[in-house]
Amino acid sequence: MKLVFQIVLMSLLALQARAELVIEITQGNQRAIPVAVVPFQWKGLSALPENVAQIVANDLGRSGYFNSLPKTQMLSLPNTEEEIFYRDWELLKQDYLVIGAINEDSRGGYVINFKLIDVNTRTVLMNQKLTGGASALRDIAHFMSDRIFAALTGVPGAFSTKLVYVTTNRERTQFNLSYADADGAREQNIFSSKQPIISPAWSNDGKKIAYTSFENGRSEIFIQEIASGKREKIASFKGSNSAPAFSPDGTKMAMVLSRNGNPDVYVMDLATRKLDRITTHYGIDTEPQWMPDGKNLIFTSSRIGKPQIYKVSLTNRKPKRITFEGDYNARARITPDGRKMVMVHRNGGDFHIATQNMKTGVLQILTSDTQLDESPSVAPNGSMVVYAASMGDRSILAAVSLDGEVKFRLPSKYGDVREPAWSPLMK
Amino acid sequence: MQKRALVKTLGVTFGAVLMTACASNSDMADGEELQPLNAAAQEASASAESTAADVETKGVEAQAVAGEQIDAAANEAQAALMKATVFYFDFDNTTIKADSKNALIAHSQYLAANSSARVVLEGHADERGTVEYNLALGERRALSVSRFLQANGAASSQIETVSFGEERPALMGHNDDSWSQNRRVEIKYQSR
Repeated sequence: MKLVFQIVLMSLLALQARAELVIEITQGNQRAIPVAVVPFQWKGLSALPENVAQIVANDLGRSGYFNSLPKTQMLSLPNTEEEIFYRDWELLKQDYLVIGAINEDSRGGYVINFKLIDVNTRTVLMNQKLTGGASALRDIAHFMSDRIFAALTGVPGAFSTKLVYVTTNRERTQFNLSYADADGAREQNIFSSKQPIISPAWSNDGKKIAYTSFENGRSEIFIQEIASGKREKIASFKGSNSAPAFSPDGTKMAMVLSRNGNPDVYVMDLATRKLDRITTHYGIDTEPQWMPDGKNLIFTSSRIGKPQIYKVSLTNRKPKRITFEGDYNARARITPDGRKMVMVHRNGGDFHIATQNMKTGVLQILTSDTQLDESPSVAPNGSMVVYAASMGDRSILAAVSLDGEVKFRLPSKYGDVREPAWSPLMK
Repeated sequence: MQKRALVKTLGVTFGAVLMTACASNSDMADGEELQPLNAAAQEASASAESTAADVETKGVEAQAVAGEQIDAAANEAQAALMKATVFYFDFDNTTIKADSKNALIAHSQYLAANSSARVVLEGHADERGTVEYNLALGERRALSVSRFLQANGAASSQIETVSFGEERPALMGHNDDSWSQNRRVEIKYQSR
């Protein structure tokens, strides 16, 4: 019996390990703010299940706004204000310092006290106490990162968010829709199929995922509740049903249907299931995305012969072309402030991720070291873009900051990973 | 009955055989792209002509013999053309290539002659560009083949289209060779 249990446990562990994403930072930001997150004090007898300070240091370092000082370069490891020797940190040219201690509470949980210190003014900017059980340590670490990030940049942190994505084996006979923390940890399966799964999209409350599944031999749109696993087929018309996008208020869904013979953009009222056809062109119209106002959509259209991005108001229904540079612009996503658009761009050569300023139209290509870039998705604080790319003969996830300065990769340890979608900020 | 209908759609009807097969073919589609089919039909008519010499003496019986021989040759030509079930496309393009047309006409004629035959047209794209655009592209490729089949005699009720976009590549490579094989429409018979 014991042996059987061990084997089951081992295979469970193997299953977990092989699908997990691993972060590899490939380019840092030279102008990023230097910060040192000193290992937290812990006097417990057994090792902590998570290295909280390291998670915070990694979060901040990956954000593009900060350079985290590696532990090996620290000259001292203070845990309290009294232990800080400021000259050490001035010598190391650090602007900020994070110190703290973790203690066990009476109920077996943990209490974390941490301080954020400005090295130059030698003042405490933040002094907080956080508590939680062992399973919440990672959440607490990401929450700390969010607070520190917000305090120093004025932008909300997006470290407590999730990524949803599709993993597949090389033979394309097994597809898994999964989600994980934004740093790739704690992967969880949402849905598995022997048929393709594409275009996952989050609801704005972060509780549901809409996606396209080919489980019945063709593309159909499903909505699945993450917590309960309850799924519902919401579009299964003749032809293709795909590219779902929840409206900002969550009451409607933009989608692409070819029920009338050609792919066109529709909006479905999720309560009544009533369809409203938005585009009627004979070309391809696809990849609808809501503007933050909920009154306009942007979408990809081949109406001039090559894919370009168009904007359409739901009231006047007259699409207006908004991209003019390059021979392939597609799958646009809008930053949360509505100022920039992120998209797949090609100008004769390779496919890359580019941003375009919505007001000035100025285009900036963000990626250069990955191939066949596709499926960009913007972090809910507008700091980073996650996308799918080809590396060697594998599909990986990669991320780039919106200024193009910071780059990292999230390859799967097993097979290909595609179609990422960054969650909204979780409450 | 089916063979008769087939001969009719090929334009190799009885009277036509006694004249020239080429002339009767010209009203089917773009004549210049029909070389293989013409050759097959000519073969059919050649064998028919040798029997036709006996028509005067043997009358009605000989006509029946000739008809069967034409059927056989035409069937063979059609079967050969119908071996092609995968049709390729250029990048970001849904236009049927000239070298796909003869085989597609043979499929059309088969469908026209066999009203119970059903096909699914599976449209695919290569991996370049975006997932959803490629899904739409695959669909438009399938629709383009569907229209072609219908223009050449198949009924819309016999055809279903489905797109897999870039999700089901025929070849897994990330290069021109694989991509050219992956931009395709596959004809899959559900019933013959």
